[in-house]
This record gives sequence, C-alpha cells and structure tokens, in this order.
Amino acid sequence: MVFKDLPTALRFMSPNPDQGEIVLAAKTFRVVVEGDDALGVWFMQLMNMIASANLECGTAMQDGTRRYTTVANGGPLYVFVKGGRIVRTTPIDLEPSDAPSWTIRAHGRHFTPQRRATVSPHALALKSMVYSDKRLLHPMKRVDFDPNGERNPQNRGISGYVRITWDEALDIVAGEIKRQKAVHGPGAMAIYQSSHHQWGNVGYYLSAMQRFGNLVGFTRVHPNPDSWEGWYWGAQHHYGNSMRVGLPGGYGLVEDCLKECEMIVFWSSDPETTSGVYGGGEGTQRRLWAKELGIEFVHIDPHLNPTAQLLGGRWIPIRPGTDPALAAAIMYVWCTEESYDKEYVASRSTGFEQWRDYLLGVSDGVAKTPEWQEAETGVPPRVVRALARSWAGKKTYLSAGGPGFGVGGACRGASGAQWARSMILMMAMQGWGKPGINFGNLQGFTPLDYSFYFPGYADGGISGELQWTASAVNNYVRMPHVLTMNPVKQMIPRQRFPEAIIEGKCEGYLWDGTSVESQFAPFRYPMPGFSPVHMLYRYGGSSFGTIANSGRFIEAYRHPSLEFVVNQSIWFEGEAQFADVILPACTSLERWDIGEWANCGGYVFDAQGQLNHRMILMQHKCIEPLGESKSDYQIFLEILQRLGLGALYSEGCGELDWCRRQFDSSDLPRAISWKKFLKKGYYVVPPLPEGERHSPYMRWFAEDRNKDAPEPLPMPSQYAEKFGKGLQTPSGKLEFVSNTIARNDPDNPERPPLNRYIPSWEGLANKELVARYPLQMVSTHPRFSFHTYGDGKDSIINDIADHRVRVDGHDYWVMRLNPADAAARGIGQDDVIRVFNDRGAILCAADIVPTLRVGIVKTYESSAEFDLLKTDKGFVDRGGCANLLTNSRPQVAGTDASAPNACLVQIERWQGRAAERVGAHVHA
Amino acid sequence: MKKWNLVIDVALCENCNNCALATKDEHIGNDFPGYAAPQPRHGHHWIEIKRRIRGSDPMVDVAYLPTTCNHCDAAPCIVAARDETIRKRSDGIVIIDPLKAKGRRDLVHSCPYGAIWWNEELQLPQKWIFEVHLLDQGWRQPRGVQACPTGAMRSFHLDDEAMQAMALREGLETLHPEWRTKPRVYYRNLHRYAKCFIGGSVTVVREGVPDCLAGAKAVLRAGDKPIAEAATDVFGDFKFDALAADGTSYLVEVSHPEFGAAQQAVELRDQSIYLGEIRLGGNRELFLGGMK
Repeated sequence: MVFKDLPTALRFMSPNPDQGEIVLAAKTFRVVVEGDDALGVWFMQLMNMIASANLECGTAMQDGTRRYTTVANGGPLYVFVKGGRIVRTTPIDLEPSDAPSWTIRAHGRHFTPQRRATVSPHALALKSMVYSDKRLLHPMKRVDFDPNGERNPQNRGISGYVRITWDEALDIVAGEIKRQKAVHGPGAMAIYQSSHHQWGNVGYYLSAMQRFGNLVGFTRVHPNPDSWEGWYWGAQHHYGNSMRVGLPGGYGLVEDCLKECEMIVFWSSDPETTSGVYGGGEGTQRRLWAKELGIEFVHIDPHLNPTAQLLGGRWIPIRPGTDPALAAAIMYVWCTEESYDKEYVASRSTGFEQWRDYLLGVSDGVAKTPEWQEAETGVPPRVVRALARSWAGKKTYLSAGGPGFGVGGACRGASGAQWARSMILMMAMQGWGKPGINFGNLQGFTPLDYSFYFPGYADGGISGELQWTASAVNNYVRMPHVLTMNPVKQMIPRQRFPEAIIEGKCEGYLWDGTSVESQFAPFRYPMPGFSPVHMLYRYGGSSFGTIANSGRFIEAYRHPSLEFVVNQSIWFEGEAQFADVILPACTSLERWDIGEWANCGGYVFDAQGQLNHRMILMQHKCIEPLGESKSDYQIFLEILQRLGLGALYSEGCGELDWCRRQFDSSDLPRAISWKKFLKKGYYVVPPLPEGERHSPYMRWFAEDRNKDAPEPLPMPSQYAEKFGKGLQTPSGKLEFVSNTIARNDPDNPERPPLNRYIPSWEGLANKELVARYPLQMVSTHPRFSFHTYGDGKDSIINDIADHRVRVDGHDYWVMRLNPADAAARGIGQDDVIRVFNDRGAILCAADIVPTLRVGIVKTYESSAEFDLLKTDKGFVDRGGCANLLTNSRPQVAGTDASAPNACLVQIERWQGRAAERVGAHVHA
Repeated sequence: MKKWNLVIDVALCENCNNCALATKDEHIGNDFPGYAAPQPRHGHHWIEIKRRIRGSDPMVDVAYLPTTCNHCDAAPCIVAARDETIRKRSDGIVIIDPLKAKGRRDLVHSCPYGAIWWNEELQLPQKWIFEVHLLDQGWRQPRGVQACPTGAMRSFHLDDEAMQAMALREGLETLHPEWRTKPRVYYRNLHRYAKCFIGGSVTVVREGVPDCLAGAKAVLRAGDKPIAEAATDVFGDFKFDALAADGTSYLVEVSHPEFGAAQQAVELRDQSIYLGEIRLGGNRELFLGGMK
C-alpha cells in the first residue's frame, strides 16, 4: 500500500478509521494498492481483524452448544452449534429486556402480540438444507467441456461433471470474462440471478453480486415484477404508487381494521400460504383477533385456500381469470342500488360517468349484471347480489393478493391487470381511506417505528450501484464506499431470455418504479454498441420452476452462440446441471452477514410493517463452509483478484467488516454497541408511542389533506398540484378512466383506458384448446417453500404431504384436483399423474379434494427439482416444474406481465415407462 | 407431582407443519443417549398432521389434526414391551429406551394410535419424546409448541387433578378414550375433525330473481326434539356442526315470517351434508337446487 503522505497513512492505521476518509483517499488516489492483488487484500483484511478478532459471537449455552442468530426468507432463528456442527435451529422468543410490544385498543379490548418471532415452515428446514446431499461441495467442470477445444454446448443438461480445483475453475471463469471482452466486446457476458437466494445485506445479489458485475461489465437480465404484475401494468394507472410497484401502502391499517372494519373480503388472497411476504406467522395472530371480534370473512378464490380453511367464512369459488367480471357485476349492483359512496366519487375521482355507463351497458349494450357474469365466473347471481349488498352496507377491507395490498394470485393471469385495476375502482366506489374502508387483511402495517434506519436488501448493500438499487436514497451516503457502475447499458427482459439467445433478439418493457410512465417505452436486445450475449454467469438455478414456459431454456442453454455457462449455486438443482463450470457457494449459515427481518427496502417499502416487532439481526458465521464451498463474496473476490480488481471490490474488507460498515451506517450504534450486537445477535426496535402512530393509509386523501404517510412517493415532480396534495395520477385523483393509458397507449385493445372485461386468452372461451386441454391450472406462490428455496435439495420440507408425496421412492410435486375430475380419469389419491399440454409434461402426485371446483386444478409454481425423463410418452419432468406448462405470452400486449395462471392442461394417470433419465450426473 | 400434558386446538391448527418440522430439526442427525437415537432423514412423522375435509362446494371446511405419541398413562406399548424397554417417567413422559429396544419391531404395532415408527437403519422403534431431553435441561416447552405460530399446540406442566379439572372445564377430549389408554395429549374442538355438519343455503325469489335470504330460521330436529337452531347469514347459509355420523335421521326445518317454510329429512351416515339451495316461498315445498 502506498500512501501519498503521512497523515493519510495515519488515518488508515487508527483503530477506528473514518470510512469516509478512507474512501475519499482511495477515490483521489492518495492511497493505492500495488503488487499482488490477493496479498494486498489479505493484508488489509488482516488489519481489520485487529478490531474484530477478539469479539465474542453468540451465547454459550449450558449443554455445550453456542447459540448464534440468523435470518432467513422465513424469519429469524437461533442456531445452536456444537463441535462445528449445527445441532438445531429455533424461533426466537423475545427477552423481557427487549423493547416492549405495542398494544392496540379496539372494542374495549387490548390486543398485544405474542413476544416471539414466528417463522415460516421453510425457516425450520434450514439445517436440513445446509446438510443436504444435493450440496455442491467442489468446483466442477462438465466432462465434455474444453475451454481450449470442443465445448459441446449441445450436451448441456446431459453430460456429467468432474471435480476440478478452485484454481482451475476460477482460472477458466476469469479467463472467459477476459476473452469475451477481447473477442466480442462489452455486453458479451450476461449475469442472470435468481431472486430469493439467501437473506442478508452483504451476500445478497443486489449487493455482492451487483458489485462484482459492475466491476467487469455485464448485460443485465432485467426482471419483470412477476409477483406484482397486474398492479404494476394495470392498477397504478388509476391511482399511482409506482414506487410501490403499483401496490397500496398500509400505515396505520392494523389499528384501523381492528377498530373499525366489519368485513374482510379476501380476493385471491392467501396470506397463510405466502406469510404476506417474508412475514413468518406474524399476521396470523391478528387475523385470529379479527375472528374473535366477529369481523366477517369472504374468500373469493378458485381454491378453498389455507387462509379460508383457518378463518372460515363464505367461500365463493370462481373460475380462474374471470375475477374482473365478478368485480364488474358487484359494481353494477352498487350503481343500480345506489349503494356506492357518491360524495367520495364526486369529490375524489374522475371519469365515473364513463365507468358507470360501461357497467350499465349504456356504452356497449351489455349490462354487467350478476346474471351476465355467471356464465364467466360460475358464481350464482344471488351470491353476487348478497356480497355486493353486504359490502356496501358494512365497513369493508378488501384483501387483494397475499399481503392484502396486492401481490400474487389473480394478478398473475391473463386478466391480471384487469383484476388489479378493478380492485382500485371498487375501493374508489366505497370511499377508500375512510374509517374501516381500506386494503388489507391485518397483515400490515403494525404501529412500528419505521423512522429507525436500517437498510433493506434492495438498498444496495455493498454494491455501490446507484441506478438499479435504492442505494442512492440513504445507504450510499450513510455507508461511505466506492461507487460502482455497469458501463453496459444493454439489457435482456428476463421473460424473453430464451428468445434473446435462440433468436438473437427480443423486446421488453421496463420495470421501473420511478414513474407510472416508464413502462411504456420498449427496450430492445441487442443494443447497438454492445455485443450479443455469448457467456452466461448464472447465479442460482430456479428458471425451470419459476419462469413461464420454461422448457424454452433447454434450447437456449444448448444454443451454439452461448459459448460459456458458469453456474454459482449452493445445490445441484434446476439449471446447475446445464453449466459448463459449477462454482459451489455456501449457505448464509456458513458466512457472515447482517439483515433485518422482512426488510426488502425499495421492493416493498417498509415491509417490516407485517411484523409484530422490528428485528435486526447479526447473521453469524455459525459453521465453516461445507466441503470446498465458499461464500458468494469470496468467489467473486477471487475471480476479481485474477483481474487485479480484488482491492477495489473488497475495499480491503472481509464480510464481517462489511457487516460492521452496514451496522455503522444504520441507527443501530445509537441503540446497541457492535460488541453487544455481535454477542446477542439481534436488536428489537421499540414501537411508536401510542400518541405518535401513523394515520391510516389514504385517510389524508379521503379527507383531502396533505399526505401524511411516511413514504417518499410520489416524487415531488409527480404531484398534479401542490407538493403533498393528491395522488400520482395526472388529475391528482382516483381515475376511473386512466389518463396515463389514454395518453400513452390509447389504442391497445388488450389494455384500454377504460377497464373493460376481456376474457382470458387461455381460458374456457378458447374452445379449440379446451377440447384438448379441458382443465384450468392455477399455480400460485408456494406455501412450504419460498419459491425454490426450501424445496428439493433433500430438505425435510419434502416430507410434508401437502408439498410433496413419496411414491416408489420419489418425492412427487402435488397437484390438487376435484373428486369428479379424478374419477373421470380413473385417478386415485396419491396416484402419479401426467399433467400436460402442447408446451410440456410433468409428473405429479394427485391430491383429490373438494376444495376445488370441477375443471380446476391447483398446484404451486417453483419446484426446485428439474428431473427430465425420456419416456414412451415423450419427455416428462419428474421434478414437477409446473411452469413447463404455462404460457409465456404477456398478459397484454405492450407489457412484460407474466401470466402463469392462464393455463389449460389435461391430466392422465401415469402409466408410461421411463426409458432413461436425461439429467446430468456428478461423476466425482 | 407435576406432569407434562399437551393440548391441541384443532380449530387453530392450519397445517403449517412447524411442529413436525421442529421435531425433525431436533432429532434428525442428533443422538440423545437415554432419550432417543437419531431420526431417519425422511419417512418418519413423529408428529403427523392428518386432514379431514367436510362438505361440498361451496360449504366446505378443512380441519387438521396433529397426532403423536399420547404418552398414555395406561400405555399399550409398555405392556407389550414386558420389561424395562419402555418406561413411564414420573413426569408422565413415555420413553422407548434406544438401547434396549433394538430389534423390537413388534413394538411398532403395539401402539393403537400408530405413533411408533420403525427405524430400519438402527433397527429401532421410535416416537416423539416430548423433547423431554430439553425440558430436563430447563427448556419450558417442547419444540413443536415453541414453533407453533397460532398457539394451537400448548404444553402444560400440571398435577393430574389440575389437568383433569382443566379438561373438564374446557371440554377437552382425547383420541379414542374407549381404548382406555389414558392419553396425556388432549384436543379442543375435536368435532371439527371427528364430527359432521349439516348445512344449506336458503333463497327466495324477489322481484323475479333469486336472492340469498338472510335471517331465516333453521331448526334441526332428531325425532321430535329440536336439537339446534340457527339463523341464516347474508348468504342465506346455515350450518349445524358437531353432529355424530352415526346414522341418525334428522329433520331440517327452514322458516321465515315473510317467505314461509320448508323442510328436509337427512340421514347423517358417514360424512357431512350440504343440502344446497333451499328455496322458500310459493308452494312452500322444499326445493333442492343444484350444488350452487
């Protein structure tokens, strides 16, 4: 290390150096690291160890174990370790010395949550995921891949692997990165990550991986908002909230709901399955309070889902994709019976007359009566009228999607945008924001203190990336670090990745929350000035389970234009078997990280509002990485060291040092010392005092006051009139006819400014297809895994009968179907069945249940296992990747909205024979 | 003498499986000498959640019943073991000795509840030990109770008199009391799993279109006796629950002061019955509509 002068050197050497000074010195070349990059990094990390090496981590327990802490997609855990081995993981019971819990007073009762961090099932499978026989423990190379000779891309997913050393693996990868740039130019390497890898602000893909990518340059595989679709591409055009991806917020709503609400309508809403999102079992207790208070429940869903099973109430089964027709008929009743909030509609909205004329059939000759909708939805007209009257007569919360304020279910079908738009219009007719009238299901928001700063996972972590993370908002300023930037502007829309490779071109539409309008501009691949993609850096392997019509990926992976594929993965699953080189990563229990439970930063702003207590946790390195696996950070660092970029990447820090820097950048140091935090492992942020709680969301709008929700949206320029007044729409009001669509996409018959009901392009109206594939398949977010996280990988989740069923030694993915549909096909309980259409075929275990209507089958998306068999009936996937069957057509033209819930299939009892397993094997 | 008991509320169990997973997490790969040998990676369900779906579209409900070793006070497995292989601790917990029980496959069949599992690799009968190895170290509850998000599963350390009083007071039941095994695992709202319902939807034609009829009176009779009464909700629905599926013949009477009455005889044999649409008005005869 060469210092420009003595003061600079002394500032570096002080026991508690000012990170801002260090970063400035690096940026201004007052300090440079010369010589061997790895040695320089080693020296700097060693210096940092002086400050951290003697600190105690975790708590010594009576039985000889040491109790560490961690946080996962499913919630926080204690991790008990003995002799270098994880003994057990348990939920965390809060201590009396932790911050007190909030209390809500409603109906003469006091409601205080249990002092326990409740977790999702997949959290309790963590130990089994660590000690899994699917773990990748050594770097590997495909047997017939020779970087200097024949590469045999046609054998990806077929040939097996041999063990190689880390040096060999990293040399190949670093060599390819250099070669791609030299031969093809910038953009030749694409990085493509799975979204829900491991929790933690340092190791997250938006952190360590993004920093790595920026330092080498890469074509971004741009995600679509696949859990939000209808809200982003539809709903926000009527009210704004682009920065929430089109979802409403929820401040103050747990209190408002308990105090005021009389009925909750769950519409395609199953919070008990999705835990809201990341919310463990936190919302469940509150919904049970609602039941105790006698708040009525209605569940509109093709499936009597687990939330409906637990809470009870009226189930209104509906045909998939027809929800907007039911919504229109309910609104028709409100119009004809004049039971909508006329004053609110008159003063807080625009375009109602045009909407009413559509409902009444004035403008198109078809009145949207309860009788009209029956042919579409299968819901009896009398039930529609009863629901419409009950809704109008009671203060009603509309729980749309899992958390109650969007996400999942019906927004992911052909009519997803129509449905989400309908949800906003219904609330507009009933006085959204008035006491007891709002979106939600008590999943959030609780009266927590959201002003206590700790960055969420989308806030950039260590990335230094200012465009595609929320780092610039706070984290970049509060945690001085060297900014990084990807000079490659070329992007591939994730849903079109196979076409980009196979056809060499594709077009997409942006997921960009900065404005409502940004989605209208298409972007094209390839982009002039950049190379088409010839190398894929794949981080994880979930595509077969999670991307529509995912069989397309097989051809893409085998395409000759793709010269090199590296997969960095923890487990040998999914697409890992399609790589040329496999880099084995370790789990978050084998490395340092830090994170706040359920805090995803910009993706779902203040998502901690689902929790009973805000918990920020040290994610201890509980055990050493298994086998030869390494942390993601370490893998990226060692590749970059081969490019002379290790010092720049690491800034001389190991992962624990970065954790300390995240800690220091937050409000934690005011509340707890680093030393105590490392030992205890977590901090509970005190809730807001009762008198300082947030006003219910949208109350300001209902009362035409200045916005008082603590969220940075809309942006100052996006208010129609004065800053803080009104919504993000051009009119500043709720718009029954969308001005942003009318201005930017007025003639799109699939997304008109006035939200007409348009039957699904893969539904029962599609007679020719229905004749061959008569069953409508719904594949929702899963309950026992978090997408592919928790499934497969020899996890104990596979032993849950509602997740997978073991038949003849194999764990089959579960497909639920009605007894009549099963009987018509000679299918018995737990029989292995073939589910198929023109796009593919999968094997599942049949679960025969009357919780589904005839003609509808239900499963989860996101099998982690892709296990292709060549059989006498063609190729079938024994893993159960339902997305092999789904349609990759966008919901509506001019968007990238995926629609996996619009899918017709046929089912038969499996009597085929497997000739051979196609998938690759590990030879070493 | 305080002893351990488990109380499970069937109405609060939502099949999240946290109890089953926590028990697996505790025992897979872990040996607790004197208590339990490691559980196999897959295939054992020391806590097993059973499902019961009742009714038909749209009046369907689903109940989940976590089942496990009942730690019976008159345990058939202890009798079958004949020696010290299975012992009853003074705190009520039943332990299969992981050394002495080697090879005793016969013990798997000694449990009428099917709560004993065979470990093929270790040649051992195994079952849920109430995580008493942790309780002995001062833990306050077994793993499944600690992992349960809804409070459906709770443990109580009480003397037997206090537990009996609680069971009586709160209407707790045990599984198959007729087997006289004296289980220490109790259930609340067991009817959601073990009993049946009769329900229906009352409608009326108003202004030429059918509507759901709220506020109608539904009475359930067995013989001459009225057994239960209910008012229909906004969807016209009524439901009589906790009925034994024992072949009893019932009469369902539905009436409304404005729209008249209807009745229907029902024999409850082996499963719950949703009568579908019952239309009042006009000729006052029962109208059984489709299953809408």
